[in-house]
Amino acid sequence: MSDIILLCRFGEIFLKKDNRSFFERRLVENMKRATAPFGARIERTHGRILVEPRADAVDETVAATARVFGLTSLSAARRVPRTLEAISAAAVEETRAALPSLPTPCTFKVEARRSDKRFQPASPEIARLVGAAIVEGLGLPVDVHKPALTVGVEVGFEHAYVYARTVAAPGGLPVGVTGKVDLLLSGGIDSPVAGWMAMKRGCDVAATYFHSFPFTGDRTKEKVRGLVAILARWHGPMKFRVVPFTDAQKALRDAGDMRMAVVLYRRMMMRVACRLARLRGATALVTGEALAQVASQTIENLAAIEHASDLVVLRPVLGHDKVETIAIAHRIGTYEKSIEPYEDACSMFVPKHPELHAKLDKVLAIEAKVDIAALVEACVAGTETMTVTA
Amino acid sequence: MSIDPGPVYLDNAATTRVDDEVARAMVEAMTVDYGNPSSAHRLGVRASALLEGARGEVARALGGEARDVYFTSGGTEANALGVRGVAEAARGRHLVVSAIEHPSVLEAARRLVDKGWTLTEVAPEPSGVVDVEAMARAVTPDTALVALMLCSNELGTVQPVFEVARRCKAIAPRMHMHVDAVQAFGKVAFTVGQGPIDSLAVSAHKIHGPKGAGALWLRRGARVASLTVGGGQERGVRPGTEGVPGAVGLGAAARRAHAERGAAIVKMLALRDQLVEGARAIFPKLRVNGDPARTAPHIASLGFVGVAAEPLLHALEAREVYVSAGSACAAKDRKPSHVLKAIGVPDDVGVLRFSFARFSTSHDVTRALDALGAALAEVT
Repeated sequence: MSDIILLCRFGEIFLKKDNRSFFERRLVENMKRATAPFGARIERTHGRILVEPRADAVDETVAATARVFGLTSLSAARRVPRTLEAISAAAVEETRAALPSLPTPCTFKVEARRSDKRFQPASPEIARLVGAAIVEGLGLPVDVHKPALTVGVEVGFEHAYVYARTVAAPGGLPVGVTGKVDLLLSGGIDSPVAGWMAMKRGCDVAATYFHSFPFTGDRTKEKVRGLVAILARWHGPMKFRVVPFTDAQKALRDAGDMRMAVVLYRRMMMRVACRLARLRGATALVTGEALAQVASQTIENLAAIEHASDLVVLRPVLGHDKVETIAIAHRIGTYEKSIEPYEDACSMFVPKHPELHAKLDKVLAIEAKVDIAALVEACVAGTETMTVTA
Repeated sequence: MSIDPGPVYLDNAATTRVDDEVARAMVEAMTVDYGNPSSAHRLGVRASALLEGARGEVARALGGEARDVYFTSGGTEANALGVRGVAEAARGRHLVVSAIEHPSVLEAARRLVDKGWTLTEVAPEPSGVVDVEAMARAVTPDTALVALMLCSNELGTVQPVFEVARRCKAIAPRMHMHVDAVQAFGKVAFTVGQGPIDSLAVSAHKIHGPKGAGALWLRRGARVASLTVGGGQERGVRPGTEGVPGAVGLGAAARRAHAERGAAIVKMLALRDQLVEGARAIFPKLRVNGDPARTAPHIASLGFVGVAAEPLLHALEAREVYVSAGSACAAKDRKPSHVLKAIGVPDDVGVLRFSFARFSTSHDVTRALDALGAALAEVT
């Protein structure tokens, strides 16, 4: 047992009145799973969730907890007896410890909060007295409007908590509370981000990857598995499927209209992904498609592609500029993996001038020449499924 | 009844399977004679004897003397000593290398440009051969170093290193001639006494020895600055406790490679002919890279017009035939090979490198050709 406690705050789930206890339970479960490797203990109290890290794994526990969706922020707090002397001493200590990473001179303010309203003095007075102790001990200037550092004091029913280090958490909703979705994952930058955004909104996400060996080598499959492992740091263990796609891709390429090939491949992916999604009770597909990011991502093409899906298709990065998606990819840790140079689209299958305005009747006419059902069956039957952990 | 024929490994220019005899010698060096060669007691003496025995084997295989052989962590470090180590110890500030050197030579030389040296990169002929006169024309009285590989890792073309050494030294007598012989060692007949070369790099893992072991042969009196400093091992050229197991592995591998070299060359040349003829029968527009009159026996660089190399490699892989697309070192990042570019291979030609070892068989080639036919049908 250490005297460090992580005070974890959650945001939006407050608003979901009827579902609140379900959401909270799931949040706590997810936090337990995220911190289990480091042996942390978790308890719920006064509008916070407290995580008690093992003394030798504080930093690891902070990092793991800061990746749990549903939490908005967390503070690494010292747990002290409920006396002003103990609180003030801890506040000076914690502030001193936080100073090296802050600008000089470092302005600060103290925020106090009481869960136990019987505790005296009242919150504003606690803040004033603790602030005075910090001014005296460290000589820092106070700035109540735009402080560089906010020192927090929270008085509970048994202990008080004092902190000067607060870490942002991703917000959103606990993974699992909004349903199951299946992500069409490639080795690129966009689809991992799309999957992450679905997780952020509480989705339980499985990833499906379409592998075209020998046109794509097994290094690419390994790369995509690596991306799933990075996403699993946020999500918890993830189901990962590899669909053998070569035969379907060849049949569609040779169906007669190379210009239409990309639309045909993606329609086939939709069909296979829907079949696999239903196997685990997922009710939506998620893709990394963005509007007009590449020439073939037109509204007409998206419509023609979506037509092949009997599940709703979510496109969380649809409105992003590439730089916005890249910024998220950096933040969530997938960018470096995504830019590893193993291409997943072999140039042999990509037309030089793809169709930009696919007409559904034309698409259907081409598909009528191919045994679509048999190709879907073969893809589903050959799919390899594994669980990937962080 | 049939038994699993096992994989067909034709990527021996990337690396080779360690010979069982070599592995046994290394295990003994790690578990029985594990002393530090610098220790004064008898375990140290025994380790030292093993190390010196290995040095002798490498020297014999090179036709040189044991005291001129310095063990390194591999071919790259040996080349770094032969390029950077030599340049830093020299007075001249001009370097000449061929444009088709291995990155361990080419990049070492290019880095010296940042530190004030000037560098001339000499382009090869379209045949893949570096012309002696072209190298000589690049040399000036200020030239400190000329580097040329004995056998190109991507093409298998044998370069006229000894003639280049003679011609260049006629212009700049004090210059140092470095030879990267990593691909040639054990596969091309040569000795370090064949011409006025000053250093020569070899590696163990290309000749059925371990990875992480190599050596630099250095002409006596040649000046080289060590890349690191330490306890003075390897007469200060390569300080650090000697990697005895690796050196023993290199020694054992060199002994076998040298003893079997003549027979291996004859056999591998026949396999290469079988492969090239068979491939041409399957793919009439086959382009064979490199000069057929100057080829090493173990490397065939085959170009397939209009075929992407990497899918072809994977299609062969699916049939348990393992080869390289271009050079294995460069295949991972998919940058076009600087060597293939330098000899003018067009962009739409996918190039596979097949490379043999003395263990390769005619049956391997037959299976590789069967697989090649099927793979080409699959990816085109």
